[in-house]
Amino acid sequence: MIVSKKIVLHFPGRLVERPIVYHLIKDYDLEFNIMKASIIPDEEGLMVIELRGNQVNYDKGIKFLKDTGVRIQSLGQNVLRNESRCTHCGACITVCPTRAFKLDTETRLISFDDTKCIACGLCLKACPLRAMELHF
Amino acid sequence: MPKTIEEINEKIRKGNAVVVNAEEIIGIAKEKGIKKTAQEVDVVTTGTFGPMCSSGAFINIGHSNPRIKLGGGRVYLDDVQTYAALAAADLFIGANALPDDDPRNRIYPGEFNFGGGHVIEKLVDGKDIRLTATAYGTDCYPRKKLETWINIKDVNEAVLFNPRNAYQNYNVAVNLSNKIIYTYMGILKPNMGNANYSTSGQLSPLFNDPYYKTIGIGIKVFLGGGIGFVAWQGTQHNPAAPRTERGVPTRGAGTLALIGDMKQMSSDWLIGTSMLGYGCTLTVGVGIPIPVLSEEMLEYTTVTDADILAPVIDYSSAYPHMETEILAEVSYAQLKSGWIVIRGKQIPTASLSSYSRAIKISNILKEWIQNGKFLLTQPVEALPGIDSGIKPKPLKERPIVE
Repeated sequence: MIVSKKIVLHFPGRLVERPIVYHLIKDYDLEFNIMKASIIPDEEGLMVIELRGNQVNYDKGIKFLKDTGVRIQSLGQNVLRNESRCTHCGACITVCPTRAFKLDTETRLISFDDTKCIACGLCLKACPLRAMELHF
Repeated sequence: MPKTIEEINEKIRKGNAVVVNAEEIIGIAKEKGIKKTAQEVDVVTTGTFGPMCSSGAFINIGHSNPRIKLGGGRVYLDDVQTYAALAAADLFIGANALPDDDPRNRIYPGEFNFGGGHVIEKLVDGKDIRLTATAYGTDCYPRKKLETWINIKDVNEAVLFNPRNAYQNYNVAVNLSNKIIYTYMGILKPNMGNANYSTSGQLSPLFNDPYYKTIGIGIKVFLGGGIGFVAWQGTQHNPAAPRTERGVPTRGAGTLALIGDMKQMSSDWLIGTSMLGYGCTLTVGVGIPIPVLSEEMLEYTTVTDADILAPVIDYSSAYPHMETEILAEVSYAQLKSGWIVIRGKQIPTASLSSYSRAIKISNILKEWIQNGKFLLTQPVEALPGIDSGIKPKPLKERPIVE
Protein backbone atom coordinates (compact mmCIF):
# COMPACT_ATOMS: atom_id res chain seq x y z
CA MET A 1 0.00 0.00 0.00
CA ILE A 2 1.26 3.44 -0.96
CA VAL A 3 1.04 6.16 1.69
CA SER A 4 1.61 9.87 1.34
CA LYS A 5 1.81 12.19 4.32
CA LYS A 6 2.79 15.79 4.95
CA ILE A 7 5.16 15.99 7.87
CA VAL A 8 7.38 18.51 9.64
CA LEU A 9 10.93 17.47 10.47
CA HIS A 10 12.85 19.24 13.21
CA PHE A 11 16.60 18.67 12.98
CA PRO A 12 18.54 19.39 16.16
CA GLY A 13 21.60 21.59 15.63
CA ARG A 14 24.01 18.63 15.70
CA LEU A 15 22.27 16.99 12.72
CA VAL A 16 21.99 20.00 10.45
CA GLU A 17 25.16 19.18 8.56
CA ARG A 18 24.33 15.52 7.89
CA PRO A 19 22.60 14.41 4.67
CA ILE A 20 19.75 12.64 6.41
CA VAL A 21 16.96 13.09 3.92
CA TYR A 22 19.20 11.55 1.25
CA HIS A 23 18.93 8.21 3.05
CA LEU A 24 15.16 8.28 2.73
CA ILE A 25 15.56 7.94 -1.04
CA LYS A 26 18.58 5.69 -1.15
CA ASP A 27 17.82 3.24 1.66
CA TYR A 28 14.04 3.32 1.88
CA ASP A 29 12.95 4.12 -1.68
CA LEU A 30 10.75 7.02 -0.57
CA GLU A 31 9.75 10.01 -2.68
CA PHE A 32 9.54 13.41 -1.12
CA ASN A 33 8.46 16.88 -2.07
CA ILE A 34 9.96 19.74 -0.05
CA MET A 35 7.38 22.42 0.76
CA LYS A 36 9.44 24.48 3.14
CA ALA A 37 12.95 24.37 4.55
CA SER A 38 14.85 26.62 6.91
CA ILE A 39 17.95 26.48 9.05
CA ILE A 40 18.53 28.74 12.01
CA PRO A 41 22.31 28.99 12.59
CA ASP A 42 23.49 26.96 15.60
CA GLU A 43 19.95 26.02 16.49
CA GLU A 44 17.85 23.71 14.41
CA GLY A 45 16.74 22.93 10.93
CA LEU A 46 13.13 22.65 9.89
CA MET A 47 11.74 20.96 6.83
CA VAL A 48 8.17 20.50 5.69
CA ILE A 49 7.92 17.59 3.28
CA GLU A 50 5.38 15.36 1.70
CA LEU A 51 6.73 11.81 2.05
CA ARG A 52 5.44 9.06 -0.24
CA GLY A 53 6.17 5.35 -0.59
CA ASN A 54 4.87 1.93 0.38
CA GLN A 55 3.71 1.55 3.96
CA VAL A 56 6.53 -0.79 5.06
CA ASN A 57 9.25 1.49 3.68
CA TYR A 58 7.45 4.57 4.99
CA ASP A 59 7.39 3.16 8.52
CA LYS A 60 11.04 2.14 8.30
CA GLY A 61 11.99 5.58 6.99
CA ILE A 62 10.16 7.31 9.83
CA LYS A 63 11.86 4.99 12.34
CA PHE A 64 15.24 5.83 10.79
CA LEU A 65 14.53 9.55 11.15
CA LYS A 66 13.45 9.17 14.76
CA ASP A 67 16.46 7.00 15.62
CA THR A 68 18.75 9.62 14.12
CA GLY A 69 17.26 12.24 16.44
CA VAL A 70 14.89 14.04 14.10
CA ARG A 71 11.65 15.16 15.76
CA ILE A 72 8.58 14.55 13.59
CA GLN A 73 5.22 16.30 13.68
CA SER A 74 2.32 15.87 11.34
CA LEU A 75 1.79 19.09 9.42
CA GLY A 76 -1.76 19.78 10.50
CA GLN A 77 -0.65 20.13 14.12
CA ASN A 78 1.31 23.25 13.29
CA VAL A 79 -1.38 25.59 12.04
CA LEU A 80 -4.03 26.21 14.63
CA ARG A 81 -7.14 28.30 14.68
CA ASN A 82 -7.64 30.30 17.86
CA GLU A 83 -11.34 29.61 18.26
CA SER A 84 -11.82 32.48 20.69
CA ARG A 85 -10.69 35.00 18.05
CA CYS A 86 -12.30 33.48 14.95
CA THR A 87 -15.58 35.16 14.03
CA HIS A 88 -16.28 32.87 11.06
CA CYS A 89 -16.33 35.79 8.63
CA GLY A 90 -14.72 33.88 5.79
CA ALA A 91 -11.79 36.11 4.77
CA CYS A 92 -9.51 33.04 4.82
CA ILE A 93 -11.51 30.97 2.36
CA THR A 94 -10.31 32.38 -0.92
CA VAL A 95 -6.68 33.03 0.05
CA CYS A 96 -5.96 29.40 0.99
CA PRO A 97 -4.23 27.65 -1.94
CA THR A 98 -5.37 24.18 -0.86
CA ARG A 99 -8.95 25.10 0.09
CA ALA A 100 -8.47 23.97 3.67
CA PHE A 101 -11.22 26.35 4.80
CA LYS A 102 -14.76 25.47 3.94
CA LEU A 103 -17.97 27.39 4.43
CA ASP A 104 -21.00 25.46 5.62
CA THR A 105 -23.73 27.24 3.66
CA GLU A 106 -26.36 26.25 6.25
CA THR A 107 -24.70 27.30 9.51
CA ARG A 108 -22.44 29.91 7.84
CA LEU A 109 -19.58 28.56 9.95
CA ILE A 110 -16.12 28.03 8.47
CA SER A 111 -14.40 24.71 9.07
CA PHE A 112 -10.62 24.28 8.93
CA ASP A 113 -9.35 20.95 7.59
CA ASP A 114 -5.77 20.72 8.87
CA THR A 115 -5.04 17.64 6.77
CA LYS A 116 -5.29 19.83 3.65
CA CYS A 117 -3.07 22.55 5.18
CA ILE A 118 0.45 22.92 3.78
CA ALA A 119 1.45 25.52 6.38
CA CYS A 120 2.14 28.21 3.78
CA GLY A 121 1.07 30.88 6.28
CA LEU A 122 -1.08 32.95 3.91
CA CYS A 123 -4.12 32.74 6.17
CA LEU A 124 -2.15 34.06 9.14
CA LYS A 125 -1.86 37.51 7.60
CA ALA A 126 -5.11 37.42 5.68
CA CYS A 127 -7.18 36.81 8.81
CA PRO A 128 -8.42 40.25 9.93
CA LEU A 129 -8.84 39.00 13.50
CA ARG A 130 -5.43 37.26 13.51
CA ALA A 131 -7.06 34.03 14.60
CA MET A 132 -4.71 31.70 12.71
CA GLU A 133 -1.49 30.71 14.48
CA LEU A 134 1.61 28.86 13.35
CA HIS A 135 3.41 26.67 15.88
CA PHE A 136 6.55 25.04 14.54
CA MET B 1 -53.98 46.46 12.36
CA PRO B 2 -51.52 49.39 12.64
CA LYS B 3 -49.73 49.14 16.00
CA THR B 4 -47.91 51.84 17.88
CA ILE B 5 -44.54 51.56 19.56
CA GLU B 6 -46.28 52.16 22.91
CA GLU B 7 -48.62 49.21 22.30
CA ILE B 8 -45.67 46.97 21.45
CA ASN B 9 -43.81 48.16 24.55
CA GLU B 10 -46.84 47.32 26.68
CA LYS B 11 -46.65 43.76 25.36
CA ILE B 12 -42.90 43.67 26.00
CA ARG B 13 -43.47 44.78 29.61
CA LYS B 14 -46.07 42.04 30.06
CA GLY B 15 -43.66 39.54 28.57
CA ASN B 16 -45.90 38.54 25.66
CA ALA B 17 -44.43 40.40 22.71
CA VAL B 18 -43.69 38.16 19.72
CA VAL B 19 -40.10 38.74 18.62
CA VAL B 20 -38.30 36.97 15.77
CA ASN B 21 -35.09 37.68 13.91
CA ALA B 22 -34.87 38.97 10.35
CA GLU B 23 -34.01 35.51 9.02
CA GLU B 24 -36.88 33.73 10.80
CA ILE B 25 -39.45 36.29 9.63
CA ILE B 26 -38.86 35.31 6.00
CA GLY B 27 -40.15 31.77 6.52
CA ILE B 28 -42.96 32.81 8.87
CA ALA B 29 -44.34 35.38 6.44
CA LYS B 30 -44.08 32.92 3.58
CA GLU B 31 -46.07 30.36 5.50
CA LYS B 32 -48.71 32.58 7.09
CA GLY B 33 -48.92 35.49 4.68
CA ILE B 34 -48.14 39.15 5.27
CA LYS B 35 -51.47 40.10 6.85
CA LYS B 36 -51.54 37.39 9.50
CA THR B 37 -47.82 37.65 10.27
CA ALA B 38 -48.08 41.42 10.69
CA GLN B 39 -50.81 40.85 13.30
CA GLU B 40 -48.87 38.17 15.14
CA VAL B 41 -45.28 39.43 15.12
CA ASP B 42 -44.41 42.59 17.04
CA VAL B 43 -40.69 43.00 16.55
CA VAL B 44 -38.10 41.80 14.02
CA THR B 45 -34.49 41.92 15.24
CA THR B 46 -31.57 42.54 12.90
CA GLY B 47 -27.81 42.24 13.30
CA THR B 48 -24.49 42.86 11.62
CA PHE B 49 -20.90 42.13 12.64
CA GLY B 50 -18.10 43.37 10.43
CA PRO B 51 -15.12 45.73 10.24
CA MET B 52 -16.38 49.32 10.53
CA CYS B 53 -13.50 51.74 10.11
CA SER B 54 -15.28 54.91 11.10
CA SER B 55 -15.36 53.96 14.78
CA GLY B 56 -13.66 55.34 17.86
CA ALA B 57 -13.97 56.18 21.53
CA PHE B 58 -14.00 59.22 23.78
CA ILE B 59 -12.34 58.72 27.15
CA ASN B 60 -12.17 61.04 30.14
CA ILE B 61 -9.32 59.78 32.30
CA GLY B 62 -9.96 61.99 35.38
CA HIS B 63 -7.63 64.72 36.60
CA SER B 64 -4.16 63.93 37.90
CA ASN B 65 -2.48 65.79 40.77
CA PRO B 66 -0.88 68.11 39.81
CA ARG B 67 -3.19 68.66 36.87
CA ILE B 68 -2.10 68.14 33.27
CA LYS B 69 -3.74 69.63 30.18
CA LEU B 70 -3.78 66.81 27.63
CA GLY B 71 -5.55 69.01 25.07
CA GLY B 72 -2.90 70.36 22.72
CA GLY B 73 -0.35 67.83 23.98
CA ARG B 74 0.48 64.35 22.80
CA VAL B 75 -1.12 61.27 24.30
CA TYR B 76 -0.60 57.59 23.55
CA LEU B 77 -2.52 54.54 24.72
CA ASP B 78 -0.32 51.43 24.51
CA ASP B 79 1.87 53.51 22.16
CA VAL B 80 -1.05 54.16 19.81
CA GLN B 81 -1.70 57.80 18.88
CA THR B 82 -4.81 59.41 20.30
CA TYR B 83 -6.46 62.71 19.50
CA ALA B 84 -5.71 64.99 22.41
CA ALA B 85 -7.18 68.26 21.26
CA LEU B 86 -10.18 68.54 23.49
CA ALA B 87 -10.29 69.66 27.13
CA ALA B 88 -7.69 68.75 29.75
CA ALA B 89 -8.74 65.18 30.56
CA ASP B 90 -10.59 64.17 27.38
CA LEU B 91 -9.20 61.99 24.60
CA PHE B 92 -10.43 60.41 21.41
CA ILE B 93 -8.96 57.24 19.98
CA GLY B 94 -9.90 56.24 16.45
CA ALA B 95 -9.98 52.63 15.27
CA ASN B 96 -7.38 53.36 12.56
CA ALA B 97 -4.80 55.00 14.85
CA LEU B 98 -1.30 53.46 14.86
CA PRO B 99 1.83 53.57 17.00
CA ASP B 100 4.38 56.14 15.72
CA ASP B 101 6.92 53.37 15.13
CA ASP B 102 4.61 51.07 13.17
CA PRO B 103 6.31 50.60 9.77
CA ARG B 104 2.94 51.06 8.00
CA ASN B 105 3.38 50.07 4.37
CA ARG B 106 7.13 50.78 4.29
CA ILE B 107 7.44 47.03 4.65
CA TYR B 108 4.82 46.12 2.07
CA PRO B 109 2.24 44.87 2.71
CA GLY B 110 2.11 46.27 6.25
CA GLU B 111 0.77 43.90 8.89
CA PHE B 112 -0.96 46.44 11.13
CA ASN B 113 -1.09 44.06 14.06
CA PHE B 114 -1.96 46.62 16.71
CA GLY B 115 -3.81 49.91 16.49
CA GLY B 116 -6.71 51.93 17.83
CA GLY B 117 -9.23 49.13 17.31
CA HIS B 118 -7.06 46.80 19.38
CA VAL B 119 -6.76 49.38 22.19
CA ILE B 120 -10.56 49.65 22.24
CA GLU B 121 -10.88 45.86 22.40
CA LYS B 122 -8.38 45.70 25.30
CA LEU B 123 -10.17 48.49 27.14
CA VAL B 124 -13.60 46.84 26.93
CA ASP B 125 -11.97 43.57 27.93
CA GLY B 126 -11.00 45.24 31.22
CA LYS B 127 -7.25 45.11 30.58
CA ASP B 128 -4.88 47.81 31.81
CA ILE B 129 -3.71 50.26 29.14
CA ARG B 130 -0.47 52.24 29.35
CA LEU B 131 -1.05 55.98 28.97
CA THR B 132 1.90 58.22 28.14
CA ALA B 133 1.37 61.95 27.72
CA THR B 134 3.36 65.10 27.25
CA ALA B 135 1.88 68.57 27.60
CA TYR B 136 3.17 72.15 27.45
CA GLY B 137 2.18 73.14 30.99
CA THR B 138 0.13 76.14 32.07
CA ASP B 139 -0.36 78.05 35.33
CA CYS B 140 -3.49 76.05 36.11
CA TYR B 141 -2.29 72.76 34.55
CA PRO B 142 1.44 72.75 35.41
CA ARG B 143 2.30 69.11 34.77
CA LYS B 144 4.18 68.29 31.58
CA LYS B 145 4.54 64.52 31.70
CA LEU B 146 2.28 61.69 32.69
CA GLU B 147 2.83 57.94 32.54
CA THR B 148 0.25 55.69 34.14
CA TRP B 149 -1.87 52.60 33.72
CA ILE B 150 -5.52 53.28 33.05
CA ASN B 151 -8.45 50.88 33.19
CA ILE B 152 -11.99 51.24 31.87
CA LYS B 153 -13.40 50.71 35.35
CA ASP B 154 -11.47 53.71 36.69
CA VAL B 155 -11.92 56.28 33.91
CA ASN B 156 -14.86 58.67 34.25
CA GLU B 157 -16.32 58.02 30.83
CA ALA B 158 -15.54 55.66 27.98
CA VAL B 159 -17.97 56.34 25.16
CA LEU B 160 -17.92 54.56 21.84
CA PHE B 161 -18.81 57.02 19.11
CA ASN B 162 -18.81 55.72 15.56
CA PRO B 163 -19.47 58.38 12.90
CA ARG B 164 -20.34 55.78 10.27
CA ASN B 165 -21.58 52.23 10.90
CA ALA B 166 -24.03 49.73 9.48
CA TYR B 167 -23.73 50.72 5.81
CA GLN B 168 -26.91 49.93 3.91
CA ASN B 169 -25.39 47.82 1.13
CA TYR B 170 -21.77 47.84 0.02
CA ASN B 171 -19.44 47.10 -2.88
CA VAL B 172 -18.23 43.66 -3.87
CA ALA B 173 -14.48 44.03 -4.45
CA VAL B 174 -12.47 42.36 -7.20
CA ASN B 175 -9.06 42.99 -8.75
CA LEU B 176 -8.79 43.29 -12.54
CA SER B 177 -5.03 43.92 -12.53
CA ASN B 178 -2.39 41.24 -12.87
CA LYS B 179 -0.88 41.66 -9.41
CA ILE B 180 -2.20 40.99 -5.93
CA ILE B 181 -3.61 44.03 -4.09
CA TYR B 182 -4.22 44.62 -0.39
CA THR B 183 -7.36 46.60 0.39
CA TYR B 184 -9.82 47.36 3.15
CA MET B 185 -11.92 44.69 1.42
CA GLY B 186 -9.18 42.15 2.10
CA ILE B 187 -6.59 40.51 -0.11
CA LEU B 188 -7.68 40.61 -3.74
CA LYS B 189 -6.00 38.14 -6.05
CA PRO B 190 -5.07 39.17 -9.62
CA ASN B 191 -7.35 38.72 -12.62
CA MET B 192 -10.48 38.47 -10.49
CA GLY B 193 -9.07 35.54 -8.49
CA ASN B 194 -11.57 36.22 -5.73
CA ALA B 195 -14.44 38.54 -4.81
CA ASN B 196 -14.92 39.91 -1.29
CA TYR B 197 -18.09 41.38 0.19
CA SER B 198 -19.06 42.67 3.61
CA THR B 199 -22.64 42.63 4.82
CA SER B 200 -25.09 40.50 6.73
CA GLY B 201 -27.57 40.96 3.84
CA GLN B 202 -31.10 40.00 4.82
CA LEU B 203 -30.16 40.36 8.51
CA SER B 204 -28.62 43.82 8.14
CA PRO B 205 -30.48 46.63 9.97
CA LEU B 206 -31.01 49.14 7.18
CA PHE B 207 -32.01 46.49 4.60
CA ASN B 208 -34.97 45.70 6.85
CA ASP B 209 -36.13 49.31 7.02
CA PRO B 210 -34.96 50.62 3.65
CA TYR B 211 -36.73 54.00 3.89
CA TYR B 212 -35.75 54.66 7.54
CA LYS B 213 -39.34 54.62 8.76
CA THR B 214 -38.51 53.26 12.23
CA ILE B 215 -34.73 53.61 12.42
CA GLY B 216 -34.10 57.24 13.25
CA ILE B 217 -32.16 59.59 15.47
CA GLY B 218 -32.38 58.76 19.18
CA ILE B 219 -33.45 55.12 18.95
CA LYS B 220 -31.96 52.49 21.21
CA VAL B 221 -29.85 49.74 19.62
CA PHE B 222 -27.48 46.87 20.43
CA LEU B 223 -23.96 48.28 20.12
CA GLY B 224 -20.82 46.30 20.90
CA GLY B 225 -22.67 44.02 23.32
CA GLY B 226 -24.21 46.92 25.26
CA ILE B 227 -26.92 49.46 24.66
CA GLY B 228 -26.25 52.29 22.26
CA PHE B 229 -28.19 54.90 20.37
CA VAL B 230 -28.45 56.27 16.87
CA ALA B 231 -26.83 59.70 17.29
CA TRP B 232 -27.23 61.02 13.78
CA GLN B 233 -27.18 59.86 10.20
CA GLY B 234 -23.76 58.39 9.47
CA THR B 235 -21.23 60.28 7.40
CA GLN B 236 -21.65 59.78 3.63
CA HIS B 237 -25.34 58.91 4.27
CA ASN B 238 -26.78 58.52 0.79
CA PRO B 239 -30.54 58.01 0.77
CA ALA B 240 -30.65 58.94 -2.94
CA ALA B 241 -28.84 55.76 -4.03
CA PRO B 242 -30.63 53.79 -6.76
CA ARG B 243 -33.15 51.29 -5.43
CA THR B 244 -35.06 48.23 -6.58
CA GLU B 245 -38.87 48.28 -6.81
CA ARG B 246 -39.22 47.20 -3.20
CA GLY B 247 -36.92 50.00 -2.06
CA VAL B 248 -33.72 48.05 -1.53
CA PRO B 249 -30.71 50.21 -2.45
CA THR B 250 -28.39 48.67 -5.02
CA ARG B 251 -25.37 50.77 -3.96
CA GLY B 252 -23.91 51.96 -0.67
CA ALA B 253 -26.77 54.05 0.74
CA GLY B 254 -27.86 54.91 4.28
CA THR B 255 -25.43 54.91 7.22
CA LEU B 256 -25.72 55.45 10.96
CA ALA B 257 -23.68 57.34 13.54
CA LEU B 258 -23.86 55.33 16.76
CA ILE B 259 -22.98 56.17 20.35
CA GLY B 260 -22.96 54.13 23.54
CA ASP B 261 -21.43 53.57 26.96
CA MET B 262 -18.39 51.37 26.43
CA LYS B 263 -18.37 50.33 30.08
CA GLN B 264 -21.25 47.93 29.40
CA MET B 265 -19.83 46.63 26.13
CA SER B 266 -17.84 43.44 25.57
CA SER B 267 -14.79 42.37 23.61
CA ASP B 268 -16.95 39.65 22.04
CA TRP B 269 -18.57 42.39 19.97
CA LEU B 270 -15.78 44.95 19.57
CA ILE B 271 -12.69 43.31 18.13
CA GLY B 272 -9.44 44.93 17.01
CA THR B 273 -8.92 44.08 13.36
CA SER B 274 -5.93 44.12 10.99
CA MET B 275 -6.32 44.48 7.24
CA LEU B 276 -3.06 43.43 5.59
CA GLY B 277 -1.52 46.29 3.62
CA TYR B 278 -4.36 48.61 4.61
CA GLY B 279 -4.49 49.32 8.33
CA CYS B 280 -6.13 48.74 11.67
CA THR B 281 -9.85 48.90 12.24
CA LEU B 282 -12.56 47.67 14.59
CA THR B 283 -15.05 44.88 14.02
CA VAL B 284 -18.30 46.16 15.50
CA GLY B 285 -21.51 44.36 16.42
CA VAL B 286 -24.73 46.27 15.78
CA GLY B 287 -28.31 45.09 16.20
CA ILE B 288 -31.48 47.09 15.70
CA PRO B 289 -35.09 46.09 16.46
CA ILE B 290 -37.68 46.87 13.80
CA PRO B 291 -41.17 47.37 15.24
CA VAL B 292 -43.82 45.77 13.03
CA LEU B 293 -46.10 48.80 13.01
CA SER B 294 -47.91 47.90 9.82
CA GLU B 295 -48.11 45.36 7.02
CA GLU B 296 -45.84 47.65 5.03
CA MET B 297 -43.14 47.49 7.74
CA LEU B 298 -43.47 43.73 7.91
CA GLU B 299 -43.04 43.46 4.19
CA TYR B 300 -39.75 45.37 4.38
CA THR B 301 -38.43 42.91 6.96
CA THR B 302 -39.13 39.93 4.70
CA VAL B 303 -36.34 41.01 2.34
CA THR B 304 -34.17 38.04 1.34
CA ASP B 305 -30.59 37.76 0.12
CA ALA B 306 -31.95 37.08 -3.36
CA ASP B 307 -33.67 40.52 -3.34
CA ILE B 308 -30.49 42.42 -2.50
CA LEU B 309 -28.14 43.38 -5.30
CA ALA B 310 -24.62 44.71 -4.86
CA PRO B 311 -22.25 46.34 -7.35
CA VAL B 312 -19.01 44.55 -8.28
CA ILE B 313 -16.18 47.09 -8.42
CA ASP B 314 -12.56 46.80 -9.55
CA TYR B 315 -10.35 47.89 -6.65
CA SER B 316 -7.13 47.98 -8.69
CA SER B 317 -8.17 50.93 -10.82
CA ALA B 318 -11.85 51.99 -10.79
CA TYR B 319 -12.12 52.38 -7.00
CA PRO B 320 -8.87 54.29 -6.35
CA HIS B 321 -9.57 56.62 -9.27
CA MET B 322 -13.19 57.38 -8.42
CA GLU B 323 -14.43 55.81 -11.62
CA THR B 324 -18.04 54.75 -11.48
CA GLU B 325 -17.74 51.67 -13.66
CA ILE B 326 -19.59 48.67 -12.28
CA LEU B 327 -18.59 45.27 -13.62
CA ALA B 328 -21.84 43.57 -12.67
CA GLU B 329 -24.63 43.50 -10.14
CA VAL B 330 -24.88 40.31 -8.13
CA SER B 331 -27.29 39.22 -5.41
CA TYR B 332 -26.24 38.31 -1.90
CA ALA B 333 -27.79 34.89 -2.47
CA GLN B 334 -25.27 34.38 -5.28
CA LEU B 335 -22.41 35.78 -3.19
CA LYS B 336 -23.27 33.54 -0.26
CA SER B 337 -23.29 30.43 -2.46
CA GLY B 338 -19.49 30.75 -2.60
CA TRP B 339 -19.19 31.62 -6.31
CA ILE B 340 -20.18 34.35 -8.72
CA VAL B 341 -19.68 34.57 -12.47
CA ILE B 342 -18.29 37.80 -13.92
CA ARG B 343 -17.36 38.18 -17.59
CA GLY B 344 -17.74 34.45 -17.99
CA LYS B 345 -15.30 33.68 -15.18
CA GLN B 346 -16.28 31.72 -12.10
CA ILE B 347 -14.92 33.56 -9.07
CA PRO B 348 -14.82 32.29 -5.47
CA THR B 349 -16.37 34.69 -2.95
CA ALA B 350 -15.58 35.45 0.68
CA SER B 351 -17.22 37.62 3.29
CA LEU B 352 -15.51 39.98 5.72
CA SER B 353 -18.65 40.22 7.81
CA SER B 354 -19.70 37.27 9.97
CA TYR B 355 -23.23 36.08 9.26
CA SER B 356 -23.22 33.55 12.10
CA ARG B 357 -22.26 36.28 14.59
CA ALA B 358 -24.89 38.60 13.09
CA ILE B 359 -27.50 35.92 13.82
CA LYS B 360 -26.19 35.74 17.39
CA ILE B 361 -26.61 39.51 17.77
CA SER B 362 -30.18 39.38 16.47
CA ASN B 363 -30.91 36.58 18.96
CA ILE B 364 -29.35 38.41 21.92
CA LEU B 365 -31.47 41.45 21.08
CA LYS B 366 -34.50 39.15 20.78
CA GLU B 367 -33.82 37.81 24.28
CA TRP B 368 -33.39 41.29 25.73
CA ILE B 369 -36.77 42.29 24.31
CA GLN B 370 -38.49 39.04 25.33
CA ASN B 371 -37.17 39.44 28.88
CA GLY B 372 -38.53 42.98 29.07
CA LYS B 373 -35.03 44.46 29.42
CA PHE B 374 -35.10 46.38 26.15
CA LEU B 375 -38.03 48.60 25.12
CA LEU B 376 -38.48 50.04 21.67
CA THR B 377 -38.03 53.74 21.03
CA GLN B 378 -39.61 56.26 18.72
CA PRO B 379 -37.08 58.29 16.72
CA VAL B 380 -36.61 61.81 18.04
CA GLU B 381 -36.08 62.89 14.45
CA ALA B 382 -36.15 60.95 11.18
CA LEU B 383 -32.95 60.27 9.25
CA PRO B 384 -32.72 62.23 6.00
CA GLY B 385 -34.81 60.28 3.51
CA ILE B 386 -35.00 59.93 -0.23
CA ASP B 387 -36.56 63.39 -0.59
CA SER B 388 -33.98 65.17 1.56
CA GLY B 389 -31.73 66.00 -1.38
CA ILE B 390 -28.75 64.74 0.61
CA LYS B 391 -26.07 63.17 -1.52
CA PRO B 392 -22.39 62.70 -0.69
CA LYS B 393 -20.11 64.74 -2.92
CA PRO B 394 -16.56 64.00 -4.03
CA LEU B 395 -13.96 66.52 -2.91
CA LYS B 396 -13.69 69.39 -5.33
CA GLU B 397 -10.02 70.32 -5.13
CA ARG B 398 -9.13 73.97 -5.52
CA PRO B 399 -5.41 74.46 -6.09
CA ILE B 400 -3.77 76.82 -3.64
CA VAL B 401 -1.75 79.42 -5.51
CA GLU B 402 0.76 81.14 -3.21
